[in-house]
Amino acid sequence: MGQIAAEDFQIIDNCLLIQLPEEIDHHGAGFICECADRYLVRKEVRDVVFDFGRTRFMDSSGIGIIMGRYRKISCFGGKVYAIHVDRQIERIFRLSGLNKIVEVLES
Amino acid sequence: MKNEMEIIFDALSDNEGFARVAVAAFITHLNPTVEEMADIKTAVSEAVTNSIIHGYGNLRGYGRPGEKGEECDEANPGKVRLRCVLDKNILHIEVIDQGKGIEDVEKAMEPLYTTRPELERSGMGFAFMEAFMDDLEVESAPGQGTKVRMIKKIGVGGWIEHQC
Ligand SMILES: Nc1ncnc2c1ncn2[C@@H]1O[C@H](COP(=O)(O)OP(=O)(O)OP(=O)(O)O)[C@@H](O)[C@H]1O
Ligand SMILES: [Mg+2]
Repeated sequence: MGQIAAEDFQIIDNCLLIQLPEEIDHHGAGFICECADRYLVRKEVRDVVFDFGRTRFMDSSGIGIIMGRYRKISCFGGKVYAIHVDRQIERIFRLSGLNKIVEVLES
Repeated sequence: MKNEMEIIFDALSDNEGFARVAVAAFITHLNPTVEEMADIKTAVSEAVTNSIIHGYGNLRGYGRPGEKGEECDEANPGKVRLRCVLDKNILHIEVIDQGKGIEDVEKAMEPLYTTRPELERSGMGFAFMEAFMDDLEVESAPGQGTKVRMIKKIGVGGWIEHQC
């Protein structure tokens, strides 16, 4: 149920687009980070876009995923974006201060 | 009317989803708002995950498609106890572990404080429990395990209504 798969990672131009799963918790977070980092070592990837379109649940593990990727790309001038963010996730962004490093794009 | 349930499960990341869905199912008949439901599920997930990774040191999320790593066999066999009491529309939740405990509870509860940054933890777990629930109490001591008590009133509408 709701596991992340290879086709959930896509490189478009300089951007790694990650389609996040239905539920983001500690159980699945390690795998998402590992997969993402395999793409991030590639030279052409500068920015990361997290797509929350499918996501119904997120806890602090999601903050860890985003902060960790941000740290890896920001030193090379990369940026982190989020799309399809619902109210609950937006609130989690605000509470954690993540809205200062993630640009939420209206879709 | 009072209603109580208790479940005891292995401290494995597989059970994080189970725990929050169990609590959600326990309270659905009260018709909580979407926000209340999300708040409670997040708070339960935070407390249970803390017991698993900090209390018992079962660090790996095993969320890989079709894979059961050998980490599962090496995992700390500790148990997490999740107890819920519904008193009319007031939900009391307790998440209890017999893990390693917390030395300085006050410090642990500060936002952004984490002892495991290398595990991609952000130190926001207690901050979320505090923000999403009406009351939060943490009882812990080194070697004594940890007990997290949370309270939330259900059916009072949420922040959405207040905002508009
Ligand atoms: N059940 C527990 N047993 C032992 N230590 C705990 C327990 N719960 C929390 N702690 C300690 O308190 C700290 C803060 O917990 P908190 O949930 O706020 O952040 P985190 O788990 O480190 O990161 P995050 O929850 O954002 O992923 C933890 O880093 C850990 O040291
Ligand atoms: Mg935590």
